[in-house]
Amino acid sequence: MMITTFKRLLGFISPFKGMAALAVLCAMGAIASGIGLMAVAAYLISAAALLPSIAVLQTAIVGVRFFGIARGVFRYLERLSSHWVTLSVLANLRTWFYRRIEPLAPARLISFHSGDLLSIAVADIETLQNFYVRVLSPALVALLVAAGAVLLLTSMSLWLGLALAFFLLLAGLALPLAVRRMSRTSAVRQRAIQAQLSTAMVDTFQGCADLLAFGQEDAQVQKLRLLDSQYGRTQAAQAWIRGLHGGFSTLLSGLGAGAVLVVAVPLVRSGQVQGVYLAALVLGSLAAFEAVQPLPLAMQFLESSLAAAGRLFRLVDTGQGLRPASAGVKADGKGAILSVRNLRFAYPEAPDRPVLDGLNLELLPGQKVALVGASGAGKTTLVSLLLRFWEYQEGEIYLEGRDLRTWDLDDLRSRIAVISQSTHLFNGTIRQNMLLGNPQAAQAQIEEAAHRAQLEDLIQRLPQGYDTWIGEQGLRLSAGEARRLAVARALLRNAPLLILDEPAANLDAQNEARLMEALYSEVFPGRAVLLITHHQAALSHMDAVHDLRNGKIYRQN
Amino acid sequence: MVQPGGRPVSPLAGGAPANEALRPFPRSILLTIFIGWISGILVVSQAWLLSRVITRVFLAGQGLAEVLPMLELLLAVLVGRAVAALAAEISAHAVAAGVKTRLRLSLVERLLALGPAFTRQERTGELALTALEGVEALEAYFGQYLPQLALAALVPITILSFVFPLDALTGAILLLTAPLIPLFLYLIGSASASLTRRQWQVLSRLSAHFLDTLQGLTTLKELGRSKDQVAVVGQISRRYRDATLGVLRVTFLSALVLEMVGTLSTAIVAVEISLRLLGGRLGYEQALFLLVLAPEFYLPLRTLGGRFHAGEAGVAAARRIEQILKTPLPVSRPARSNLPAAPWTIHFESVGYTYPGSEIPALRDVSFEISPGQRIALVGASGAGKSTLTRLLLGFSFPTGGCITVNGVDLAEISAQEWRRQIAWAPQTPYLFNDTLDANLRLARPNCSREEIESAACLAALDEVVHRLPDGFDTVIGERGTRLSGGESQRLSLARAFLKQAPILILDEPTAHLDPELEGRIQSIVDRLAEGRTVLTIAHRLETVRQADKILVLEGGRVVESGTHSQLEAQMGAYCKLLEAGLGG
Repeated sequence: MMITTFKRLLGFISPFKGMAALAVLCAMGAIASGIGLMAVAAYLISAAALLPSIAVLQTAIVGVRFFGIARGVFRYLERLSSHWVTLSVLANLRTWFYRRIEPLAPARLISFHSGDLLSIAVADIETLQNFYVRVLSPALVALLVAAGAVLLLTSMSLWLGLALAFFLLLAGLALPLAVRRMSRTSAVRQRAIQAQLSTAMVDTFQGCADLLAFGQEDAQVQKLRLLDSQYGRTQAAQAWIRGLHGGFSTLLSGLGAGAVLVVAVPLVRSGQVQGVYLAALVLGSLAAFEAVQPLPLAMQFLESSLAAAGRLFRLVDTGQGLRPASAGVKADGKGAILSVRNLRFAYPEAPDRPVLDGLNLELLPGQKVALVGASGAGKTTLVSLLLRFWEYQEGEIYLEGRDLRTWDLDDLRSRIAVISQSTHLFNGTIRQNMLLGNPQAAQAQIEEAAHRAQLEDLIQRLPQGYDTWIGEQGLRLSAGEARRLAVARALLRNAPLLILDEPAANLDAQNEARLMEALYSEVFPGRAVLLITHHQAALSHMDAVHDLRNGKIYRQN
Repeated sequence: MVQPGGRPVSPLAGGAPANEALRPFPRSILLTIFIGWISGILVVSQAWLLSRVITRVFLAGQGLAEVLPMLELLLAVLVGRAVAALAAEISAHAVAAGVKTRLRLSLVERLLALGPAFTRQERTGELALTALEGVEALEAYFGQYLPQLALAALVPITILSFVFPLDALTGAILLLTAPLIPLFLYLIGSASASLTRRQWQVLSRLSAHFLDTLQGLTTLKELGRSKDQVAVVGQISRRYRDATLGVLRVTFLSALVLEMVGTLSTAIVAVEISLRLLGGRLGYEQALFLLVLAPEFYLPLRTLGGRFHAGEAGVAAARRIEQILKTPLPVSRPARSNLPAAPWTIHFESVGYTYPGSEIPALRDVSFEISPGQRIALVGASGAGKSTLTRLLLGFSFPTGGCITVNGVDLAEISAQEWRRQIAWAPQTPYLFNDTLDANLRLARPNCSREEIESAACLAALDEVVHRLPDGFDTVIGERGTRLSGGESQRLSLARAFLKQAPILILDEPTAHLDPELEGRIQSIVDRLAEGRTVLTIAHRLETVRQADKILVLEGGRVVESGTHSQLEAQMGAYCKLLEAGLGG
């Protein structure tokens, strides 16, 4: 399971292999330069102590200067390339997440709060963007540098190599494993609490009015205080782990260099190793530990990356959404634009309570049909099925004579325009929101749609006209304006089938009258319309009215 | 020693008066600094012991047995450094944790105090990010950056005090090169500071955009546009990458310089001491000691450089937090008066209100009276000021002109909490908290029993909804009622009002066209709710206005007509026009 997660994570980096390799090479160069600088400088001093001619020292002097410059340059290049990789991975992750979550909406996302989505999308993806820089690259660099340093020492004496290797393994492998053991539970817990805290914050801001009106602001602050202190505790646990890691890595690198010293002393005495190398051995070994220092942190990041990735993968892997469009074209429907036969559907959490139970419906081109019925009768569910948000269990739906299941989803949705009470307006300009209906629309078309949807006076009133920014869920627009904007958007779509799900809900009478007028005169002509409403007055404009009860059409008139 | 870091980076930079919330606990920061300094002393001891052992073995030909006592001492020093490292981390966290908790809570309290008028404007995703991530950025600032600022001065000075007696030339080299680090940091840092701040803003916008896209996914699907967004999301992220790399190319230069100054100076020291060693003007042991110490001398400065960006991110976050903390609160006089005893007569006396940042008043010169037990209906087109008026009565905002009095006492002088306890508010679209249905109802009266909740739900015709929910009252609802329809959340709103059992009722009558059967039921629910209470209704239904004791007709923020239904009907004025249009929103 973990291996699979790891492999899937590697998949996000593979498009950037070249740059990633460059970053690893540069990181190695930087650490090797650090080792080289200290070792060669120690050698230089030791050699000078033997009072040779200055010519003997020339090479070492050049070496010291070279390493002194190279280290910084390597580090700079490494940082740039690794950040490029990180941000590229972030872009990849975001698109990947979106692409995978898109087919699941809205059916499979109902139980996820947007606060959670925020924390999943923002926090988990941002954790994962560091997978390369903080996990993969340090591990590779440590392995290569440590191997190099140990080989170098082994060439002088096996025991020297073994002494260094032993402590490098302790610091590079045992310590990270210990850190991982310690941080495993607290990292998972921290993420969970962070998500809760984030949801509670969103609730506090958005539910501010309700909290105040019911005098619950203090209780809410109390709740946040509790979550915050829980969060603080998990963070304190992580601080302990960080501290232990820091302490042990200092200790182990010192012990490593000390061990090399202890092993080298008899070797120098017996003449197996020249004394002039002694200081170089010790200082070089000490510098070599720089390579393994990030490893415990890398292990911690690996842990949190795997947890974050696990959550993301679980989220996107949940429902397989829909069956893919089947290839066989099942045609039927006798010229009807929409034909529904014996449709049966129950939500997965209540399989024995079908919402739609043998529903039949026919809609001819240009025909206007209203669907009425009590709340919860299944009207909105029908719309969701028509748009293929859910998979229906029994019965058939034909759109323009073709089985709905054989439609490509994009083609399908380009044939249907929807205006509902939950239509989302995006943070962006009015123009951007309208263009969602048809990205190719020219200014003239936009203006015409705005005119027909009675949006003109609004746009004239706004300081920047079509380029005025509308805020979160279009809050700066009134409900009526927002709904008319949705109408304009639908007009730009120019689809043959129009579905209106309580288009006038939450509007005052004046705004409703304006909206319905725009709909009747501008949107209805030339289109087949399925109108879901309680509004009696609207029904007079319809060719047929169906009453939906107990999951089927009860009465037609 | 010049001040390392070059520039005093404080979240309060820019001459702004110090904000209490941003002050850390100085004493615990001193502890972190002290531990860091001890650590520095131990590093010097380690260098001294190492060079001594190596010298004895290399030049004096001593064996293990002879240097053993010094090796033991070395071990002790190493253990000491390890303990210091642990202690430093824990004390640093303790400092940061205290500040973070305080800031997070004062942020929330401030936002609650600013009220709906503020929280509804800002993009909530951005606010949540500011509060959470911004506060998190301060961990590094207070835990790492601030102590390091002191250590970057303290440790090098300590090392210099050992180096100078031994070798003045090396001491001079170190002393002269050290200021280069803060100097370059300053030169590059001041340019990159604003860039970093800008990137921070872009990042939080980007997150808000991503969230917005996810929230609007259903609409995007209906429009057949959801697939296009893949490209948009990728494009925006890549554009952010390129912009960020442009910034990083510059900001990483400071890291390059830091690294260079440290390594090059070490190289210079190495060459310089080796040459004097050659000339016999310096002992080997001293030379080696100096070589080991040279990188340690620069280390605290380099660490500071590494934390410099953490410091800047902290400053950037602190600015944003401070901006919210400094937003002036709606004008309210401190609660000086007690709430007069019931029953209450409420007077609006020439009340005017203008939203912050707006020029057009939302209410002008509104005067009327609500007697105990009266039913008042507010009518008017949308934007006429009805919601603003109820918001003022709830004490979310305070009049910018005139005043509201309760039995003659200015409402602004009465504790808002105390006042709201007397009011049941049933908005059309209640906010649904991401919690159980039970908890969402309990908001109105936290200590009530399940039976009371059930009976309120029953009174509000919410019981059938409860039956439908998989876990009944314990079903988690939320995020704008993903599982509750408009009609259902309205009934939830009414159930809350039943639970509240307050003498004053402020009701935003449902405008949505519910099915007629449900509409009739809600009407009778509202009638029951209104019994024996003082009621202010934003009315949309003829039935309601007919029953009202007084109708106020609002137009452009003014009360243009007032009276009973029959009186107003006779006037043939604004009210009649509204009636023809079917009453306003």
